[in-house]
Amino acid sequence: MSNDKVTTPALTLRNVTKRFEGTAGRVTAVEDISLDVREGEFLVLVGPSGCGKSTLLNLLAGLEHTNEGKILLGEEPVRLPGRDRLVMFQQDALFPWLNVLENVLFGLRLKPGLTEEERLESARYYLSLVGLADKEKARPHELSGGMRQRVALARSLAPNPRVLLMDEPFSALDALTRDQLYGDIQQIFTKRKKTIILVTHNIREAVCLGDRVVLLSPHPGRIREVFEINLPRPRRINDPELASLAAKVTAALSSHLNEGVNS
Amino acid sequence: MKLPRPVIPTLLAATFLGGWEWFVQAGHVNEVLVPAPSHIFKWFYESLANGELLSATCVTMRRLIIGFAIGAALGVPLGALCARVRWIRDTLGVLALGLQTLPSVCWVPLALLWFGQEESAVLFVVVMGTVWAVVIAVQESVLSVQPLYLRAGMTMGSQGWHLWSRVIFPAALPGIVSGMKQGWAFAWRSLMAAEIFVVILSGFGLGSLLHAGRELLRMDQVMGVMAVVVGVGLLADIIFFAPLERWLRHSRGLGR
Repeated sequence: MSNDKVTTPALTLRNVTKRFEGTAGRVTAVEDISLDVREGEFLVLVGPSGCGKSTLLNLLAGLEHTNEGKILLGEEPVRLPGRDRLVMFQQDALFPWLNVLENVLFGLRLKPGLTEEERLESARYYLSLVGLADKEKARPHELSGGMRQRVALARSLAPNPRVLLMDEPFSALDALTRDQLYGDIQQIFTKRKKTIILVTHNIREAVCLGDRVVLLSPHPGRIREVFEINLPRPRRINDPELASLAAKVTAALSSHLNEGVNS
Repeated sequence: MKLPRPVIPTLLAATFLGGWEWFVQAGHVNEVLVPAPSHIFKWFYESLANGELLSATCVTMRRLIIGFAIGAALGVPLGALCARVRWIRDTLGVLALGLQTLPSVCWVPLALLWFGQEESAVLFVVVMGTVWAVVIAVQESVLSVQPLYLRAGMTMGSQGWHLWSRVIFPAALPGIVSGMKQGWAFAWRSLMAAEIFVVILSGFGLGSLLHAGRELLRMDQVMGVMAVVVGVGLLADIIFFAPLERWLRHSRGLGR
């Protein structure tokens, strides 16, 4: 794989369309989405419910399949779920029958070419990175929601995936925990230079975390506008400059939504 | 004042047994039909002393454990297949649902014709009592595994056998254990029925002992065996299923 070729995007989406056959007939979840995600970029897909952002993430993860168009990881088409694209879900999805360390080891154990010691070392490194080194023997239910989501982050980072996909992982957390995690994520992102794609309906969060914010509109999900966010990191969610940028994105979203209603 | 938890059950049991003893000793009922507790204890002591009770219990437990093990060993993979493959669920799954409602003593005539008055006939009846309950429990618990766990496992590169053994099976385990418990209860019932109805030449079990008690008009023996049967059922729950279920719930933080 030619990772050193700077011109190859980490992920390429070309005219991606996905439809579902539901009880209410055929629904187009996303339509004609084309997008390049740069290597080492933090890209945020933002939009109201029904804009197909989670569908898009599932397509990238290989959990769903496109009806039209194609998705490339580097130069390889994405067909199935794979270790190179790990997902952080809205709920932590930690396995309750394993302790924290074993949860983090789960993905690592599926990665070939490592000794058990290297796996352990790597799992402990990522647990300490999210500040939970002392919790490795705990069971998921003994941790708070924020801690669980941190373990989930460590679990997704540990096998060193090429792309980290995040499906609203902060939406079920309280505001304080969330702010703390924004800091953690940015720190890890700056340190590890990972390609991250985050899906959220929280525009503040999008502007706080993303290098680029892609605004989607619903029914069917389409790309409306793309915002480059050039604020220095680490960004604070309460930063006034960030707030005014978020207001701009919100205004753009409402104008697109009204346009949809009037047409 | 707070009494220790065993006090009330012990007092009630003592009162009940005492009242029963008095009622029989005072001549209010025919002692042949309703033996006094003291007679039952006497039978219990004697049959323990001459080894009869112990050997019958061993014969029965051996049949139960082997039959249950075969039933579970067949039921778990079949249940998993039912959950996994649509057409198997529509055929074998439906059949299992039907056969589960069939009292397994109904298998006795067939078992006798096929296997004769042999050990294999009893085992067959026990397996038939166990397997369908286990199939259905496994199928249902596998089907109700949270899709989120599957997705998480799959994105981490788990698939095929690995996904089954490391994600689906552990996630379904609480349901599978409940199914096993139900299967165990069914197996126990079907075994007693088989042993009471049929003289099995290869061993004299608890059911045969109970049947013999009836033929000898020894109601102390009949009720004594009944008490042992209840005791074995309770014991299996106390030393095996209850701790297993408690551990599962506790380690996953599900209730108390």
